[in-house]
Amino acid sequence: MLNPALARHDPATASRLMLTLLALALLWPGLKLSELDLGVLFDGSNADTMGTFVSAFWPPEHSGEFLGLLWHATLETLAIATAGMALALGVALPCALLATRAMSLSALSRGGRPAWWAQALRWPVRGLLIVLRSIPEIVWALLFVRAVGLGPTAGVLAIAITYAGMLGKVYAEIFESVDPLPARALLGTGASRLQAFLYGVLPQATGEMLSYSVYRWECAIRASVVMGFVGAGGLGQQMDLSMRMFAGGEVASMLLTFLALVLLADLLSRMLRWRFA
Amino acid sequence: MSTLKAPPRPDCAAEPEPMVKLAGVGHTHAGGQVALRGIDLQIARGERVAIIGPSGAGKTTLLRLLATSLKPDQGELELLGKQPWTLAATARQRLRTRIGLIHQAPPLPPRQRVVTAVLAGRLGQWSLFKSLFSLIFPLERQGAVDALGRLDLADKLYMRCDQLSGGQLQRVGIARVLYQAPDLILADEPVSAMDPVLASHTLGVLGREAQRRNATLLASLHAVELALEHFPRIIGVRDGCVLFDKPATAIGHDELTALYANEQLEHAPSSPAAPPPQLNIPRC
Amino acid sequence: MRLLSRLLIPLGLLGAVMAAFAFLQLESAALLSRDGLTQMGAYASGFMTPDLSAGHLQAIARGTLETLAMSAIGTLLAAILGLLLALPAAGRFGLLPQAASRLLLNALRAIPELVWAALMVLAAGLGPNAGTLALALHTAGVLGRLFAEALENTPPQPGDALRLAGSGRIAAFCYGTLPSLWPQLVAYTLYRWENNIRMASVLGFVGAGGLGQMLYMSLSLFQEAQASTVILAMLLMVLAVDSLSAWARQRWVRS
Repeated sequence: MLNPALARHDPATASRLMLTLLALALLWPGLKLSELDLGVLFDGSNADTMGTFVSAFWPPEHSGEFLGLLWHATLETLAIATAGMALALGVALPCALLATRAMSLSALSRGGRPAWWAQALRWPVRGLLIVLRSIPEIVWALLFVRAVGLGPTAGVLAIAITYAGMLGKVYAEIFESVDPLPARALLGTGASRLQAFLYGVLPQATGEMLSYSVYRWECAIRASVVMGFVGAGGLGQQMDLSMRMFAGGEVASMLLTFLALVLLADLLSRMLRWRFA
Repeated sequence: MSTLKAPPRPDCAAEPEPMVKLAGVGHTHAGGQVALRGIDLQIARGERVAIIGPSGAGKTTLLRLLATSLKPDQGELELLGKQPWTLAATARQRLRTRIGLIHQAPPLPPRQRVVTAVLAGRLGQWSLFKSLFSLIFPLERQGAVDALGRLDLADKLYMRCDQLSGGQLQRVGIARVLYQAPDLILADEPVSAMDPVLASHTLGVLGREAQRRNATLLASLHAVELALEHFPRIIGVRDGCVLFDKPATAIGHDELTALYANEQLEHAPSSPAAPPPQLNIPRC
Repeated sequence: MRLLSRLLIPLGLLGAVMAAFAFLQLESAALLSRDGLTQMGAYASGFMTPDLSAGHLQAIARGTLETLAMSAIGTLLAAILGLLLALPAAGRFGLLPQAASRLLLNALRAIPELVWAALMVLAAGLGPNAGTLALALHTAGVLGRLFAEALENTPPQPGDALRLAGSGRIAAFCYGTLPSLWPQLVAYTLYRWENNIRMASVLGFVGAGGLGQMLYMSLSLFQEAQASTVILAMLLMVLAVDSLSAWARQRWVRS
């Protein structure tokens, strides 16, 4: 029997040494490139400006005029998320239908596996969905701000595009995960694909689709606030403006509003998902 | 040598500084159940004492009091000449480095390697930097090899704790305390997961180690024969009280019958021994 | 009742969507007019010819490395800070520190990375430093909560036993608790790092360094060709990270 105690060295030493060296070798350029410097935060003038800015957080701004502005911005954020989701839904559904294997006619006679050319036809749609969702929504927002100008329109379009990519992918997966027999039976009796989808697949998929969409709507609210920072309207844009003016009280009010909004959206989405489930 | 010392009676405590001194110590569990009451006990340096008694008699509670894991509700507790609960926290930690507790189910992290688990015995004496370095590149490896070697486990040095059997794990727990080299060794059912031969051998190792370093050894045991074989002084505990405290040679059938009286009736009328040790296979 | 809710929820959703469009008064007419479309087309065509010159690619490589460094260092800092906050949040130091640290973790987590980045740019100036700090702060909130949960589910006995043998708090934690906790800490941290790579690439929009800052600059200077290359780089990075993590998950988690 091999007796490791007689082995002079710890068998793990070599790998642990390598890992340590590797970590150190990566840490150094990492620190260099990220220019990490915690000292800046406590540096005299910086700390002073930050101090006055943060000390203005209390009390949060609550004048009537500002609250009106805040209310409008909050509604705008909600509207951007909702309108963006509606558009995304409109794009995602047809894309999902094109991308999913669930409605394949060629699969009917091949035990559920579509022919290679049918698969190939689905790839452009799938690729499009991947590109749409892989570019972060805030990049789309920035691009649209440059194209259509500052304001909520850019935000709506950005959400519509990114979320179309996400919803399309997930919808296609949901269609593929439900029981395929009802749809195949309908296709076999000569129904058109759309009919087979509406009567065979959709009834089984609705619950999951709705619950995922509601969850995404909740994410969209968060995203629309963040997108405001590049000028796409809503609460974020106001927050950006207030920060630039070093108006601590306004920033505090808006952060609180944002937190309340996220909390409420979470509650509502949980309620709706519970209903749909 | 220590076997020659007369078991100290409360009236003739000749030792200048007893290692363990309890006066009227009592403890009540959080649920209100009285675990120990009015314990008077003195144990000198170098003594080897076994605590026997039926399940639920308070053996484990007594050991945990001595390990400063529990604080007594009544009475005075003195360990190595100090009262642990009147000390400041840092001084108490220093005192604790001189007390080693062997657990029935050694609490070792499953993913930890045996070498690290054994070396952890001396954390109280190591600097923080040394401890952290040793976590990755074990220092004082030879110390761990020696401690494990005495328990025939040297070949398990680089194994992970979750690859060991219950009995092996108990021996790793013992090796950790051997490596800690404390002045007061406490052992709570240290051999419960081992077969009788190995259990006897392991207790022998533990006893010789205590003798060699003139350390005090206090162990609770289910198996009366093992206690009588390896320990010069036997303390019988029942219902939270000390029933007898005698040299092993003076323990006869009467004492044992009194100690386990109702247990026999309740559990197994045919067997005169203690209830079979519940084979609590230790999980890390 | 059932009929009511079956009818009410879809109607409510429809109403919400209509209200949203009405509120925003989207200039869809202007957007979809011949004029608007040609303008959009002209703008989009600028992106069709990405700038692949060596100099620009080199700048992008540097930006990508900067983004990766920001995400890695930010996540590392966050893991350290998160662990420090998770200890009190798991109730190791009593009730008051527990409540306080939980509140702090929730606050750190609730504010999005980009908002932190905007704040950090104010506090620490432009550049990747602000982005790293922003990622560290938000991620510390996320990881701290996850770590605290993991810590609560880790058995305390090994650490307690070491404390009883006289070891210090930190050493007892490292030898008693960390070995059981370690795999979860690593898994959570890697998962957040994946997320942060994506995030780090856009924090530059508020001036916090990385690829985002390059993109923002080139768009501000109307250099669509250069911007297009940056977007391509982002896309490639996201896809690479996605497939790498999918592979790693299959390799390490399933088996």
